[in-house]
Amino acid sequence: MDRPFAITLPVGSSRANHTGSWRVERPVYVDHLPPCNDACPAGENIQRWLYHAESGDYEAAWRILVEENPLPAIMGRVCFHPCESACNRVRVDEAVGINAVERFLGDTALARGWRLPDPGPDSGRRVLVVGAGPAGLSATYHLRRAGHAVTLVEGAARLGGMMRYGIPAYRLPRAVLDAEVERILEMGVEVVLGRSVKDIAAARDEFRADAVFLAVGAQLGRRVSIPAGDSAKMIDAVTFLHQVAEDDPPLLGRHVVVYGGGDTALDAARTARRLGATDATIVYRRNRAKMPAHAEEVEQALGEGVTVRWLSTIERFEGERLLIEKMALNAEGFPEPTGELEELDADALVLALGQDTDLSLLEGSEVHVADGVVPVAESMMTDVPGVFAGGDVAPSDRTATVAVGHGKRAAKGIDAFLGDRSFERPERHPLAAFERLNTWYYADAPRTQRPELERIRRQTNFEEVVGGLTEDNALFEARRCLSCGNCFECDNCFGVCPDNAVIKLGGGDRYEIDYDYCKGCGICVAECPCGAIEMVPERI
Amino acid sequence: MLQQLEGSRAVAETVARCRPEVVCAYPISPQTHIIEAIGAMVKDGRLAPCEFINVESEYAAMSVSIGASAAGARAYTATASQGLLFMIEAVYNAAGLGLPVVMTLANRAIGAPINIWNDHSDAMAVRDAGWIQLFAETNQEAADLHVQAFRLAETLSVPVMVCMDGFILTHAVEAVDLIDQAVVDSFLPPYEPRQVLDPDDPVSIGAMVGPEAFEEVRYLAHLRQLDALELIPSVAEEFAALTGRASGGLLHPYRLDDAETVIVAMGSVLGTIKDAVDARRATGERVGVLGVTTFRPFPVAAVADALAGARRVIVVEKAFSLGMGGVLATDVATASPASGPELATVVAGLGGRPITRRDVEGVLGRSAQGTLPRLSFLNLDEDVVARERARMAASRRSGPFAENVLRDLAAGGANR
Amino acid sequence: MTETRVHFYQVGSFAVGNRLLSDADRTVQASRERTNSLDAGHRACQGCGEALGARYALDAAMRATGGRLVAVNATGCLEVFSTPFPETSWRIAWLHSLFGNAPAVATGVAAAMRAKGRDDVRVVGQAGDGGTVDIGFGALSGMFERHDDVLFICYDNEGYMNTGVQRSAATPPTARTATSEAVGADPGNVFGQGKDLPRIAMAHDIPYVATATVADLHDLERKVERAMTFRGARYLHVLVPCPLGWGAASADTVRLARLAAESGFFPVFEAEHGVVTGVRRIRRRVGVEEYLRPQRRFAHLFAGEGRPDLVARLQLIADANVERYGLAPEEE
Repeated sequence: MDRPFAITLPVGSSRANHTGSWRVERPVYVDHLPPCNDACPAGENIQRWLYHAESGDYEAAWRILVEENPLPAIMGRVCFHPCESACNRVRVDEAVGINAVERFLGDTALARGWRLPDPGPDSGRRVLVVGAGPAGLSATYHLRRAGHAVTLVEGAARLGGMMRYGIPAYRLPRAVLDAEVERILEMGVEVVLGRSVKDIAAARDEFRADAVFLAVGAQLGRRVSIPAGDSAKMIDAVTFLHQVAEDDPPLLGRHVVVYGGGDTALDAARTARRLGATDATIVYRRNRAKMPAHAEEVEQALGEGVTVRWLSTIERFEGERLLIEKMALNAEGFPEPTGELEELDADALVLALGQDTDLSLLEGSEVHVADGVVPVAESMMTDVPGVFAGGDVAPSDRTATVAVGHGKRAAKGIDAFLGDRSFERPERHPLAAFERLNTWYYADAPRTQRPELERIRRQTNFEEVVGGLTEDNALFEARRCLSCGNCFECDNCFGVCPDNAVIKLGGGDRYEIDYDYCKGCGICVAECPCGAIEMVPERI
Repeated sequence: MLQQLEGSRAVAETVARCRPEVVCAYPISPQTHIIEAIGAMVKDGRLAPCEFINVESEYAAMSVSIGASAAGARAYTATASQGLLFMIEAVYNAAGLGLPVVMTLANRAIGAPINIWNDHSDAMAVRDAGWIQLFAETNQEAADLHVQAFRLAETLSVPVMVCMDGFILTHAVEAVDLIDQAVVDSFLPPYEPRQVLDPDDPVSIGAMVGPEAFEEVRYLAHLRQLDALELIPSVAEEFAALTGRASGGLLHPYRLDDAETVIVAMGSVLGTIKDAVDARRATGERVGVLGVTTFRPFPVAAVADALAGARRVIVVEKAFSLGMGGVLATDVATASPASGPELATVVAGLGGRPITRRDVEGVLGRSAQGTLPRLSFLNLDEDVVARERARMAASRRSGPFAENVLRDLAAGGANR
Repeated sequence: MTETRVHFYQVGSFAVGNRLLSDADRTVQASRERTNSLDAGHRACQGCGEALGARYALDAAMRATGGRLVAVNATGCLEVFSTPFPETSWRIAWLHSLFGNAPAVATGVAAAMRAKGRDDVRVVGQAGDGGTVDIGFGALSGMFERHDDVLFICYDNEGYMNTGVQRSAATPPTARTATSEAVGADPGNVFGQGKDLPRIAMAHDIPYVATATVADLHDLERKVERAMTFRGARYLHVLVPCPLGWGAASADTVRLARLAAESGFFPVFEAEHGVVTGVRRIRRRVGVEEYLRPQRRFAHLFAGEGRPDLVARLQLIADANVERYGLAPEEE
């Protein structure tokens, strides 16, 4: 068109002017490690599976979840969710209910019959897994995925380890446990039940195993010496819970005292209540703040009528009377005896003072044992090549989730060992700290509470106490995720760029900076809700 | 068909026949009757489609016209004096953007002191704005020039200002032959803009132009003015062929053949001057008149031709550049050959002071006697001036001189 | 069994888009098909709020009008940085005439469209605060009063930034500009009423008046869309922080706009036919100090012993806004 010279210009011609040359810093997209992922002992990619759950694609979410952990319905119940303690959303309102969503996904998978991934192509190698608790089952799953044959040897009559014999059914219904265990077995696992391995080297030979994973757990209740009369009925909590799990509960009477302050103590007290004890009293030497048991477990126990004698130790147990001594915190915050005594009615005393590992199967082997546990390398391998150990056997926190993580890492270690490769942990991204976030953009949304069984019903039966989320609630909860450190395609960068220098790729492919025009103002970085962009100096 | 019409009415009727699509109105004497009349025609539907907009200032009047013209509409407004000065930024802008707005300028003095009567100071103030400036001698010509103005403006993409003397023409009732609608329609095709705001073919109009192209832009605008010098006579001829009227064109020569003394002037005063010339011719003096119809672009070559035989040229003009002298005279001097005629400037008719035939004859007489200075002011009251000068010399706080002069005159010479 | 749709989205109400939102709930800016009315390659400073605000508003207007839009621009930063010969950043029909006449030019365009029977084409006039509240004020008021079919948008960066940061009638009290230096006993701009153009516009009883900021895109786009449902004169006043003139980090443009609204210093509301019909309530209220501190134009309020007396007076302005418009956050 014949337009007046200079006064009238054709549209969009400024794209010839590459303003990117003004830039001294450039924005780059990054992926940082969300604190939930960082905190998960099982190494779950929580942020990633929440991302799929947010869109209602639960199967995709579940599939990403079981990449790392084959027991989501169980973990959604028994995991003490360090992910939620680490969650950045705590500083906005409340942590995302990750555990509840995990349980929702796990339950949905069971209800809809989703199957775990097929085993990998047969490697021709066999691994002996000793112990079918969370560590052993996790290792079995990951080994099968890598194509290795697995022989799973378990001393008890049924699979599950502490998940079956330590955790009461009101926290973990057996149908859920059975279903998730069964799903692993469907991958093709040789199972030997009721067989205690006595000699690790012999067992390795017997099962012609190329490697061994030792995950026998910590099944021995720790004892302390308490002066007690002959008639005093004392039992350790592990044995007590095991007997209950086998439908053979011991008779403890109406007044039950539990000694200890861990989760097991609470499990024992709550179980005693359900078996008919009119009062279940926990005696613990320190105060509530110092109690190692998880706060919500304590809450639930108190709600069920369990009482706690804080700052108390047991002096003597004679017949139906228990003598306890009051403690006081000294200047350093440690409890010290006061000499003040008190009496308690007690038909039975349950000792929940910790557990030890039965490592007699290592006697005569070259596997090193120190302080009652087996030191392992990063690959979970002991100092005997081909022998790996994990779960409560290895030094670390003793939780089911840690055990699951150990099982996975051991499986990878074993896979590397069998393939004659060195074991390398995947590189971790820098942490997506709260300071990187721009929380303005997240809608205010307090977390959804999971329904709880009414108290009166909890006192008399072993029905599950904590319910699951409805789908709506699970979706809501998933969508509370801040997606720390990882782009979730909110379009902010695309929108807030004054120079139209962000290219939206769409369809899950996120964005690209158009460095021809980006002037490096940094608004995209400042306004990225999840901290997935950062400025780096421009190279000149 | 001749009708007795007020000049403003004649212009309004003619403008309406040019089918303007947007007309802006802001009252200022002496143009107000024009836009009042057009407003009534829009209101009663005689002029349609047309948007008549009562703006809040002359600045807005020209700005609305700019917007309308850039959007492809035929735009018209009218103003005078202070109004023109108030819109002057937009006047330049319309020209710079090449928008063919047509505006009537009812010429009026510029204050202070405030004065509503006729002179040409307002037109001279926008001499360099880039508009074509046409001066009407009569109401018939004023009306006719508007038809030609739209044609010129839209052909060249240059705005056109039709200047007509305030009150002397705008308020005078004379016989005017209003042009037929059919004639206008055949003469003035619908506006086809060179550039237009169109969502279907978007462009950016009004870019910022730096040193790298500004001179070229201005020079191109200058060339377009020179193109207008070619176009204006041909449009006038075409108009004459349709109407039989010699309205418009570059110049109106009168009795120039063999003229030794030529008076150059613009606007309605030409009638008076022609009467004076006729009277002097009757006594055998070889005098003539050159009416300048097209002041911008200034027809340098045509003026030079017209003055080729003159020995004395007297520019009678209703404006001047303070501290320098004639404005039109400066242009005439530029157009005159180097060895050309003796040039005198007579500033006359400021603020509506009458110019009579006797006055003009007096000027011619002084010129013939060789007593006409190079620059003179017609009928200047030297006594009033002298007394005010004396007051100023005597006292620092001598007061405002316009009011002093009025007091002197009211005293009827008692102070003399 | 009842089905309830889950309405909540993780960033749905605040971010530009989100893959989980339906198309209708996403902003125009979230779309790859947005007009980019103001395209890349313009010469605005890094982090220019006005460039952002103009694209936001005009893209929304383009969607609302189905692309039948003409924009008229006053002289100022937006005009200068977008159309230096030989390049223009505009992708829409656009006209620049002068500094003080954009409302009138827009009127002319609208009149031309009406005369030509092009009622489908809508007109936007736009200017900075100087071109709106100062030099263009008369023309704007005339446009309002005549009820011309124009949406006029003021991109308010609170000063004459194009000419080197001078004071305008929209400059807040105490702010340092090149013509209100931070020296003497009363440093910075004077305390006064300023020229509250949204309220002046409301006094014209035009059908729609709204304020917005570049920090709340959903709100801004909705207001443009709402404005386009009316015929006649409409006014939108958008706060657009200026990193250069405010002495702020280029990355802080959106944040400062947010703080301006969240402190109550810049009230965000809308009015129809002269009556306030909606306010954007404060979500996380902050004191004005949090808004002022990151800006060097207010540095003299905090240097040395500072001027807590002046900060307190500025806080009173914010408090008065909160009171006048009912901006206080909703009770929990």
